Amino acid sequence: MVEQAGAERGVAGPEAGAAGAAGAAGAAGAAGAVLEVRGLRTQLGGAARPVTVVDGIDLRIAPGETLALLGESGCGKSMTALSLMRLLPLGGRIVAGSVCLGGHELLSLPEREMRMLRGGRMAMIFQEPQTSLNPVMRIGAQVAEAVRVHEDMDRTRASAWVADRVQELLRAVGIPDPERRAEDYPHQLSGGMKQRVMIAIALAGNPRLLIADEPTTALDVTIQAQVLQLLKRVQRDTGMAVLLITHDLGVVAETAERLAVMYAGQIVEQASCAEFFAAPAHPYSRKLLESLPTAAKRGGQLAMIPGRVPALDQSFAGCRFAPRCDRVLESCATTEPDWQAVSQDQQVRCLLWRAGPSSGVAAASAQAADVAQPGETAMAPAPASALAPKLGAEPLLRTEGLKVWFPIRRGLFKRVVGHVRAVDGVDLTLNAGETLALVGESGCGKTTAGKGLLRLEQPTGGRVTYGGQDLAQLAPARMRRLRKDLQIIFQDPFASMNPRMLIGDIVGEGLQALGIERQAARRRERVAALLERVGIGAEAMTRYPHEFSGGQRQRICIARALAVEPRVIVCDEPTSALDVSVQAQILNLLKSLQQDFGISYLFITHNIAVVSYLAQQVAVMYLGRLVEQGPVADILGNPRHPYTQALLSAVPSIDPDSGREQVRLSGDMPSPAQPPSGCYFHPRCPVARPECAQAYPEAVHLDAQHQVNCLPEIVGA
Amino acid sequence: MLVVLWTDALIFVLIAVVLGFAFHATRHPHLRVPWQQVGRSRVAAGALVVLSVYVAIGLLDSVHFHPRLEAQTPAVGEASQETPTYSTQVISLLDLWLQPLREQEEKTFSAPFATHLFVKEAMEQPDGSVIRAYPRLEHGGAHLTDPARDRAPDILLSTLLGLVQGLIAWTGFLLMVLGLSAWRARESFAQRVLQLRQEPTQAAWRVAVWTLLVMLVLGFIAAELAVKYHILGTDKVGEDVFYQSLKSIRTGLVIGTLTTLVMLPAAVILGIMAGYFRGLTDDIIQYLYTTLNSIPGVLLIAAAILMLQVYMANHGDEFNSLVERADLRLLFLCIILGVTSWTGLCRLLRGESLKLREADYVQAAIALGVRHSRLIARHILPNVLHIVMITLVLDFSGLVLAEAVLSYVNIGVDPTMNSWGNMINSARLELARDPIVWWSLAAAFGFMFTLVLAANLLADVVRDAFDPRLRGTA
Ligand SMILES: Nc1ncnc2c1ncn2[C@@H]1O[C@H](COP(=O)(O)OP(=O)(O)O)[C@@H](O)[C@H]1O
Ligand code: SF4
Ligand code: SF4
Ligand SMILES: [Mg+2]
Repeated sequence: MVEQAGAERGVAGPEAGAAGAAGAAGAAGAAGAVLEVRGLRTQLGGAARPVTVVDGIDLRIAPGETLALLGESGCGKSMTALSLMRLLPLGGRIVAGSVCLGGHELLSLPEREMRMLRGGRMAMIFQEPQTSLNPVMRIGAQVAEAVRVHEDMDRTRASAWVADRVQELLRAVGIPDPERRAEDYPHQLSGGMKQRVMIAIALAGNPRLLIADEPTTALDVTIQAQVLQLLKRVQRDTGMAVLLITHDLGVVAETAERLAVMYAGQIVEQASCAEFFAAPAHPYSRKLLESLPTAAKRGGQLAMIPGRVPALDQSFAGCRFAPRCDRVLESCATTEPDWQAVSQDQQVRCLLWRAGPSSGVAAASAQAADVAQPGETAMAPAPASALAPKLGAEPLLRTEGLKVWFPIRRGLFKRVVGHVRAVDGVDLTLNAGETLALVGESGCGKTTAGKGLLRLEQPTGGRVTYGGQDLAQLAPARMRRLRKDLQIIFQDPFASMNPRMLIGDIVGEGLQALGIERQAARRRERVAALLERVGIGAEAMTRYPHEFSGGQRQRICIARALAVEPRVIVCDEPTSALDVSVQAQILNLLKSLQQDFGISYLFITHNIAVVSYLAQQVAVMYLGRLVEQGPVADILGNPRHPYTQALLSAVPSIDPDSGREQVRLSGDMPSPAQPPSGCYFHPRCPVARPECAQAYPEAVHLDAQHQVNCLPEIVGA
Repeated sequence: MLVVLWTDALIFVLIAVVLGFAFHATRHPHLRVPWQQVGRSRVAAGALVVLSVYVAIGLLDSVHFHPRLEAQTPAVGEASQETPTYSTQVISLLDLWLQPLREQEEKTFSAPFATHLFVKEAMEQPDGSVIRAYPRLEHGGAHLTDPARDRAPDILLSTLLGLVQGLIAWTGFLLMVLGLSAWRARESFAQRVLQLRQEPTQAAWRVAVWTLLVMLVLGFIAAELAVKYHILGTDKVGEDVFYQSLKSIRTGLVIGTLTTLVMLPAAVILGIMAGYFRGLTDDIIQYLYTTLNSIPGVLLIAAAILMLQVYMANHGDEFNSLVERADLRLLFLCIILGVTSWTGLCRLLRGESLKLREADYVQAAIALGVRHSRLIARHILPNVLHIVMITLVLDFSGLVLAEAVLSYVNIGVDPTMNSWGNMINSARLELARDPIVWWSLAAAFGFMFTLVLAANLLADVVRDAFDPRLRGTA
């Protein structure tokens, strides 16, 4: 319903005047291309103040090819995809351009025919598999619906044939036991499974083109690896083209042949992946690559792009990147750059390259001196000096057998029928002034462990020793006094601040509540100083959270935690909701704060690159338990536990020849309410042995610091 | 001499609360912006004008006093010495204003605009014979010499007169407001008028102005006619139905608003506590409202009202007047309605607080050592206020209607008190008459319908403005 309405509004009828001519030319030149887009311009908002979210985009995708559309959030990637499908939101309209699918102009098609194309010749999958499936329909029925829409068949053989086709599709996307699974409802499936079902639905019409908008962003790395692998396989089998929208450079490097970098509604660079990762041409692309955290950059700061993405409701005179560009020329502010060829496979929209390829190379290499080689990845062993734990680093906070179980209640009298063992006996040691990274897939209990540590969840068992006291047993009043030392930063910068409070009150809240600074005037001074320190500026004090971007909010949250001068900060995925360039800013800030104040971080994350950049110690968690822990160089360079190995190999890397052995895990993490017997990992472990199902393996100490919970024969001790 | 009834006092408290809240809202954008959005809506503007007319009448009817009795020929110069004597009767400003309506009673039923009674009476003719006929009314149309001939032109004339008066009053009011706003914005008057007429942002004002015109014209026409006729007829004891309907407005408003005021503290405090503290607190509060919810509300109300009736019968001397007695019963009805209706809001707030408690910012506040009381006041309460607001406006019309139903089964307000429920209740017995006596019912229905419709229209707009799911992410 929404689809139709959106699409009917989506096309401004007679744009064919301008687009028609371009379309004809496009069709002629598009021999062989599945999709040919020329000069696509999309606007949102009222006619008085239109927001041009897509501004003159040209794309070309050959059969069997994967083109990645790369860019930070808000640059117009999703709007491009929705324009191609003619599924724009209310008020959205395509004002110019042509979109040819297999030589047929789409923008002038009547809505009825467009509807047949959607999910037929071109299909789309979205980021959130939960919201794309109908929660009250069995998944088999949902796939069958898609099959029926796109196949003309006579009714007699229809139902049996449809059922077969549904099985075939579900099998093709790697859903085990499809006969039984077809009877499930969406909520019975995990995120990865749902995304597979979405892909099955998309494949039902044998599409020539699949548009995948951030298909794996909501998934864990091991599941992401499965889904990307699935997409590649389907593509190989059917020869369909894929337009992959993502902000993850690693995903691009692993799956795409060509990529287009988008910035502020325009494409600024198009290249083959090989050329791009070897030498990005546009200053923006270059900065993006430089801002990726890696082990090699541990010693220094990450590159940052100053400023913000410009608002799209203005008209631009020169280069849209000019205010943030570090190579900016005088003419950049006035001359709109057009396409320049860097090489046969690489075009860029930047004035640096105007005088021919060599000019750009020269300009670029002036900068490239301090750029880390893209070949260096998370796996590369880092300089030993940076990785070695500081001598004499004494434990500041230690957990022994920490358990946080949540009761499952059922029935009239809410009887406890079981427990979700979110954290099930975790021993961690956090040294003063160091960073301990806690890594693992979502749902493995990382956040709960962090909260249990701070007594935001009451631990069910075990000890948390801090300053000679057991936090788990402390009376609430005494715990309150210790709160000053232990702070937390959350993942979602939009949920972590009270929308009804002023920034000044938010940051000053701890100072007031703990009675650290009772005088309002002095408190304001301190808050102002803190906001300056995290790079927000004191004038933010009288504003509300919604006036700030995600990265700025995360800085404010850091200021709030810093206000009480803590010694430990639990950072719960503080950068996973942010774009890479913003992530770099936050990581730099956290690092400099650690240097200045000697704060210890318990850094919860699933991003291995961040771990390699920031952490000294790493603990790997699976289903509520630690499977391996030790210094970062040992864990990342020489992982011994099968799960750690699989996790690390699933991380997409921008290094084309990292030469890693690919360990692909099958299946999903089991529910922590019913953990498997013995080693929790044995149902998925590629090297499991019969004895693994018997008892949980004891920790094997490989050296003083590196320990693994697995069979000694396997880890080679 | 001023008399402050219980409900009067509470109404003034309510007004103070509303003003205080309005002041608070102007300083907090998360409250101000939705209300501004409400103000920009055309539907809401119309509904608000209608509601303010009702509220104005209700407020006039909430200032009670003992009227001063005519002093027995006070000699000049001595007046200040003499202590004035007051009647024991309690009347309101509205009664004073509607004095003619209140006092012009007939013997019994008469139809709207009638000049003769609705029932035949034995009348002695000048020649001494007695016939049964419809006698002339004492007040309705009494100024006409030949009702059959003069009535229609007279009504037409008065209507036209009212129309003209209404237009004049409207124009005067508009000129004053526009002049004032032009002066404040430092614009020329013509500019301001042009703005109001053309700018799309002023659409809500245009609707408000037109609604006001309708209300003023209707008001003036009614005023012109009501002094000469019973425009909505009279009831069984000859009381003017139009007067009754106007008096009922206060009852309806009091039930709709004071009930809320009574239930609000309990619902908000218990709801938030249950959601925030969870555990045993939650169990107890949930048990409380589940139990309360499973007793039929009507039963509870009936029991409470009957008890009150018994008490009042036994302690008749504690009440100075019938009005005070009726007022206490009204207050009691509000309280008992409040007790039976807080559970819905409480449940909503419990759910929302449960969710908010897990919100990152609440967790962060706990990590910062913020105390429970402060945490609830700063983090939970402001973030559930939109639910409270939506519930209040949605509940209002339901309560107004509930009064009618309760009075119908005789457990509503005091029978001596004017209310739409009582009007309907007494009219129901007359529906069986032939020809039918329809005007009491129609009048109660018309007045109630207008109020409830306006309230519901406003409630929809308020909900749209405050519900975060319907709003943008701002
Ligand atoms: N429904 C909408 N109404 C108004 N603006 C929107 C809407 N959706 C997206 N935008 C704006 O369009 C721009 C591009 O958004 P989007 O295509 O979602 O970017 P990306 O996919 O890169 O995250 C952003 O500035 C965003 O704020
Ligand atoms: S055109 Fe100029 S401002 Fe734009 S990216 Fe190139 S050098 Fe930077
Ligand atoms: S103990 Fe067995 S199942 Fe567990 S990780 Fe080691 S080999 Fe695999
Ligand atoms: Mg997007």
